[in-house]
Amino acid sequence: MMGRLKPMRQMHVNEKGIIVSVKAKGELGRRIRDMGIISGTEFMIIGKAPLYDPVAIKMKGFTITLRNSEADYITCEVEG
Amino acid sequence: MHKQRKITVALAGQPNCGKSTMFNALTGSTARVGNYPGITVERMEGYCKTDNYKIKFIDLPGTYSLTSYSMEEVVARDVILNEKPDVVVCMLDSAALERSLYLVIQLIEIGIPVIVGLNMMDEIKRKGIQLNSSKLSKLLGVPVIECVARRNIGKLEIVNEIIKTSENINKNKPELNISYSSDLDSALDKMEDLIVKNNFLTDIYPPRWLAIKYMEQDNEIIEKGRKEKTISEELEKIVAKVEEHTEKTLNTYPEAIIADYRYGYIRSLLKEGVIERTQEFRRTFSEKVDKIITQRLLGPIIMVCVLYVLFWLTFTVGAYPQGWLQDFFNLLGNLGNAYIHNEFLRSLIVSGIIDGVGAVLSFAPLILIMFAMLCYLEDLGYMARVAYMLDKLFKMFGLHGASVMPFIVSGGIPGGCAVPGVMTTRTLKSPKERLATILTAPFMVCGAKTTVYLMFADAFFKNQATLVMLGLTIAAWFFALVVAVVLRSTIIKGEPTPFIMELPPYRLPTMYGIITHTWDRVWQFIKKAGTVIFAVAIIMWVLMTFPQLPANKKQEFNIQKESLKSQYVTNTTKSSLSTEKLQEYQIKLHDLNNFEEQTALKHSIGGRLGVWFENISKYAGFPWQANIALIGGFAAKEVILSTMSTAYSLGDFDPDAAPPAQQGNNSASKLIASTHSSSSTLEQSLRNDPAWTTPAIISLFLFILLYAPCMVTVVTMAKEATWKWAIGGTIGSLIFAYILSVIVFQVGTYIFM
Repeated sequence: MMGRLKPMRQMHVNEKGIIVSVKAKGELGRRIRDMGIISGTEFMIIGKAPLYDPVAIKMKGFTITLRNSEADYITCEVEG
Repeated sequence: MHKQRKITVALAGQPNCGKSTMFNALTGSTARVGNYPGITVERMEGYCKTDNYKIKFIDLPGTYSLTSYSMEEVVARDVILNEKPDVVVCMLDSAALERSLYLVIQLIEIGIPVIVGLNMMDEIKRKGIQLNSSKLSKLLGVPVIECVARRNIGKLEIVNEIIKTSENINKNKPELNISYSSDLDSALDKMEDLIVKNNFLTDIYPPRWLAIKYMEQDNEIIEKGRKEKTISEELEKIVAKVEEHTEKTLNTYPEAIIADYRYGYIRSLLKEGVIERTQEFRRTFSEKVDKIITQRLLGPIIMVCVLYVLFWLTFTVGAYPQGWLQDFFNLLGNLGNAYIHNEFLRSLIVSGIIDGVGAVLSFAPLILIMFAMLCYLEDLGYMARVAYMLDKLFKMFGLHGASVMPFIVSGGIPGGCAVPGVMTTRTLKSPKERLATILTAPFMVCGAKTTVYLMFADAFFKNQATLVMLGLTIAAWFFALVVAVVLRSTIIKGEPTPFIMELPPYRLPTMYGIITHTWDRVWQFIKKAGTVIFAVAIIMWVLMTFPQLPANKKQEFNIQKESLKSQYVTNTTKSSLSTEKLQEYQIKLHDLNNFEEQTALKHSIGGRLGVWFENISKYAGFPWQANIALIGGFAAKEVILSTMSTAYSLGDFDPDAAPPAQQGNNSASKLIASTHSSSSTLEQSLRNDPAWTTPAIISLFLFILLYAPCMVTVVTMAKEATWKWAIGGTIGSLIFAYILSVIVFQVGTYIFM
């Protein structure tokens, strides 16, 4: 047991974490999974857009962007 | 010559994996672009010939997966299942191996021979990652080839492997049975049995795959199954039972379980020594660049600069070839005038076809340059950053971050053009947001509207042209966004499409890819100009020319001309006529000719329509001259000026005659100067016409801004969406613009007059 659980939206830039669960269903759920965002994935928040939404997260070997409203469905364990 | 054996290969891969680069390397100049019927997804095909084989490559659209949520995914899947290629080559980005294999696994599950191309091996070697491709090949049970598509590495090996695989097709059918948890597996077995026993859709789909798709609740497949009836209901019942069970015991659903197990399978493969050193979260070059390029303050500033350069290059550099084309068409027109003696034929060919098609074709260089640059920015990875930065803003209006480019290119900064603007919506992957963007982008102040506005602003709001343009630009954005919101909450209603998008690493685009892609676009545009636009140009000409003045009217004008001539040229010979007298004669003759043209125009169908429309347009404050001009403006917005000019009896006012370099800010005054042979200018006539009160002018400005896309744009809209939406959008804009103009005119008149 290393970190606290929180929704991805609340994470700050440069914070690292591991995805614990993805609660989205339907198209959103499928899109999220297709991009490799599933439980157990390590990632790091590397930036936020000028208007603080969407957020850019770095995963193994690639970077993706998500809207805050979409990040709400993803629960993470924050490192450190 | 011996006969070459034919092999069909589908090229699959996730977006940004270098698939297109490999496709170009494999097929060279044989590549041809087409469209899948009914949708705008591009279909690329090309050939690669060896001594004994002719290999046909079908470039599938880039997809992350093979579900049925996007058009691209449906297309990719249908090609594989319906066209049954001999081999599928799946390119993947070695740096994103885990995610890429997700697609590979789904391809193998279909049961078709797969060859994996591990692309960008150079990039991961530089990062110090060791990838054991032979191990991966053994574990997956399919050939794996290391490639660097940009440098043609791996191309020959892929071709050889394709030949080898297609030679022993029966031996190479990959077997892959992933366990999807005991709950799902037993249900899948049961479903597979049922499917095989009843021959349920087995002519198209492999049974196991079909069972998995039912379990994933794939809409497309289930719908097809329902049409087939027989056991569809039974299968759905099994799935429902599993779903209920997983929901209760695991708080999840089958589709998510399947994805989790697929990734689990991939992870277990990778752990068996495929990757020697795992990656760290080291800052890459692209991330360092992004720190600046998407920075809160600098990001938007850089974006504005990039856009400025884009426009500047397009319209200053593009002006030269545009000018040459215009000169060429003017020359053609002059030749036609000189050598075609039949009056009808001359009018049809010169005023109808050459002027109409010429006006459209002279846009081709602009589209070429702007498109090449947009393509470059797209391949570089910059467009994804623009979408990322502006998504929040556009989401508020029911649009998508990627809607910004179509708006700006269409004239979000005055001077754009809606044709390339509508074309750029192709980068927008969400259908509803895309449609709303296509329908509203033509509201922007395009180059043609700019010319018209500058002229009118000069006439009515002397010295305030800048302010007028600024106001119009703001109005354009305002109406486009408001209409987009309204559309998205009424006829194109629906949840926002997820924004989940890859920020690809910055990569220098390959020139070959950009050139072929741009040329294809421009060529399609030219083809349209030769067909639909050609037809519309003729229709517009007929409207403005027929019926001609009756013989007695013509006679009257001829008599007047004769008598005018006799006044000046009777007693003295022409040569001894004083220069002043000669000038006076020429001006009078010119005015008389113009008056004849005006009378003829008013007599034509277009003119009659204009006069008839006064019944409706009077509520918005437009006289008949404006109505004809607006009808003509549908062909191309610049035509508003020339038609209005004829309608005010000022002779043919030719905006295309202005040299290209002058088509900037002061173009209007130059245009006026170029037609100054007339005894008065359009400016003066407009100012002197009591119909043009300030509210009427503002009402006209708004109407021109919104009333209808020009015919080229409508054709482009139809191509990018459907004819139904293109025509619906045009009619909708017309009604919207009319209502708005009436309100402005009526309220304005009430307040000011």
